[in-house]
Amino acid sequence: MDLVTIWSCLIGLAIILYVILDGFSLGVALLFRSTQNEEERDILMASIAPVWDANQTWLVFGGGALFVAFPMIYSVLFTSLYIPLLTFIFGLIFRGVTFEFRANATRKGPWNIAFFLGSLVAVVAQGLTLGGILSGTKVVRDRFAGGPFDWLNPFSATVSMALIAGYILLGSTYLIIKTTGTVQKQAYRRAYQSAFIVLAFQILVTFWTPLHYPSTLPNWISPPRVYFIWAFPLIGLLAFYGLIKNLRARREVLPFVFSVVFFFAGYLGLIASIYPYVVPPDITFQEAAAQHETLRFTLWGVVIVLPLVLAYTAYSYAIFRGKVDKESHRY
Amino acid sequence: MDAVILSRIQFAVTTMFHILFPVLTIGLALFLVVVELLWLMTKQEVYYRMYRFWVKIFAINFGVGVVSGVVLEFEFGTNFAIFSQTVSNVFSPLLAFEALTAFFLEAGFLGLMLFGWERVNRSVHFVATCLVASGAIISAFWILAANSWMQTPAGYRLVDGKFMVTDFSAAIFNSSLAARISHMTMASFETSAFVVAGISAYYLLKKKHTLLFRRSFGISLLMAALFTPLQVYLGDVSGRQVFRDQPTKLAAMESHWETNTAGGAPFAVVAIPDMKAEKNLFAIDIPDGLSLLVTHSFQGKVPGLKEFPREDRPDVFVLFWSFRLMVAIGFILLMVMIWAAILWQQGRLYENRSFLKTLLVIHPLGFLATEFGWITNEVGRQPWVVYHLVRTSEGVSPIPVGNVIWSLSLFLIIFLVVGTSYLYYVFKTLRTGPDLDSPIPPIQLLVGMQPLREEKTGNKGDGLTRRVK
Repeated sequence: MDLVTIWSCLIGLAIILYVILDGFSLGVALLFRSTQNEEERDILMASIAPVWDANQTWLVFGGGALFVAFPMIYSVLFTSLYIPLLTFIFGLIFRGVTFEFRANATRKGPWNIAFFLGSLVAVVAQGLTLGGILSGTKVVRDRFAGGPFDWLNPFSATVSMALIAGYILLGSTYLIIKTTGTVQKQAYRRAYQSAFIVLAFQILVTFWTPLHYPSTLPNWISPPRVYFIWAFPLIGLLAFYGLIKNLRARREVLPFVFSVVFFFAGYLGLIASIYPYVVPPDITFQEAAAQHETLRFTLWGVVIVLPLVLAYTAYSYAIFRGKVDKESHRY
Repeated sequence: MDAVILSRIQFAVTTMFHILFPVLTIGLALFLVVVELLWLMTKQEVYYRMYRFWVKIFAINFGVGVVSGVVLEFEFGTNFAIFSQTVSNVFSPLLAFEALTAFFLEAGFLGLMLFGWERVNRSVHFVATCLVASGAIISAFWILAANSWMQTPAGYRLVDGKFMVTDFSAAIFNSSLAARISHMTMASFETSAFVVAGISAYYLLKKKHTLLFRRSFGISLLMAALFTPLQVYLGDVSGRQVFRDQPTKLAAMESHWETNTAGGAPFAVVAIPDMKAEKNLFAIDIPDGLSLLVTHSFQGKVPGLKEFPREDRPDVFVLFWSFRLMVAIGFILLMVMIWAAILWQQGRLYENRSFLKTLLVIHPLGFLATEFGWITNEVGRQPWVVYHLVRTSEGVSPIPVGNVIWSLSLFLIIFLVVGTSYLYYVFKTLRTGPDLDSPIPPIQLLVGMQPLREEKTGNKGDGLTRRVK
């Protein structure tokens, strides 16, 4: 494997880790509206309080890795997606500060709203970002040459809606693991509902993508990809089946596992459809890569440090495993 | 107003808001390491209670620092895309390493530090505190390496206007890194020491929780006594670094127009610079002062601003005054520490009310000095984004003005809301005061612990041996 492929995989890994980990954190926040009282909201906060910051850091690392490995893509996309990306940041600011502010507040109402709306804005903006990338970017001589609203269209709006449902699914299956009683019951209900909505969106987006972004279609029906690309929707459907079955059986851990598989299937299917183009329709990873010395030097850092990061992240999750107790979020 | 100036204003607003928080994070983390170490070594409950109190302030501060910091990583792409693309081969690994070696470390162990009391034992908790503190310093290292590279670029080769890396260690350990990292880290330590001392002084004045805040006051003043003179020295090191590497910036900081030919260059204590007329409209000078300061000799030659083309000069007024205000604060803090030393000699450190009041009043000055220092550093780099190589105006993204007006307005509103709420909750935590009663988790209990008796029985006695000489 050459350096560029390794870096593409690394960024891909950072993105999917971010989507799964912050996905469930944002999903828990989106479920804030279906809680009955402050006590239940305290439990929701406590379930993610020790881990949300580390989860969000995958985004910073993913962005940094993109900057290192594919500076041209980084500059072009961050320019073309100026509005959705900064909207995303505005959402994250409110989501992030709520953890500390709400814990210290006597009147928690405003922070409950800030937490929910901040997370919602962040998720919608993420969807618009992804939809915007898939809508193509006008590039002239390595620089963005389009308009400020190129990312806004029915397709990107649909991707946003799909992402809301997807994160609610991740959030509610995560809550099933972390909670008991009425909160868990509610989480089962939400997981069940959102699973069907996610499936519907998956199907819609899957069939819309080749229409919206025509160069994917040949990848679906011609060799070599035709031999494996259909495995991803198949895995997705199997994961959906496993998810529903385990939700019905009131299992605690498996619904989350199947939700993650469900996400992975969609993500890998998407990558398989567009690879090696990153900024559709015409920039490939190889063309956009940074100097090889930079890729090699930074890769050494990643090879040495990333296993440690994964190890202590796992350790932290292990320490905070098990059900949330109401007191554990106080410090 | 075009996208260039607006993007610069936005970056200035977002960094100036952000830096307030890491400054306290870095220093308070060090303070918490000291307090937890004292708890483990002396087994006195007061240190445990101190930790639990100060960590509340630390947590609120850390939260705002995290969310305002992510903004900056994004702005390199959204607002300075061309700069990013031009320098990325050399510059971007420094930012990636910050996320990899610092952000993950802080985020990974902050959870344990705040919520791990009932789940991990004492040593693991202490290690978590140490790792969070190291993460904060490692983060400062990388971001200052990146900033220093923009000031004193090294380890690169220019090919078709693009930076190609030739030597990463030269790029990272560029000629201004050592001066900058030590000056900034010390600024964080010093600022935080004064914050802890100021807040403790407030409680001592109110005669509330005296034992706990006497200890906090003592430790923080000891730290401040160490850091304040050291910072004056490091400031001098930084000044000489600027003189060596960025003489235009130094001349502007000093509003020094004419190169001294015979005799030494004067140091202007105050001045009103006029950039058009290339002179000071008014100035109070100390003869030979500038030569003495930057060359350490009375006759040393200091190039004046007129040596450098007009279009390469930064804003002299802003630079001259931001630099002076920073230095003035440094010396005010030094003077307070001299006063502290005298009181300590007399054994009246904790009783002298005007000293306590002074500390309460001056305790936020460190933040101001840090801001003025950064203004000096960054405005002094102008008109370059990479010193003498890329102009700031050449680095901005091809975005419409409307984009930046939109985002800048939202940043201002959001920072107002977040900043006000931050202050509100910090003050609320201070009003509530330390929690002295909730049971210590069994896993944290030390054999032979000395409980905090005086406070619990309501006795306001000091419980601390007075240092009378």
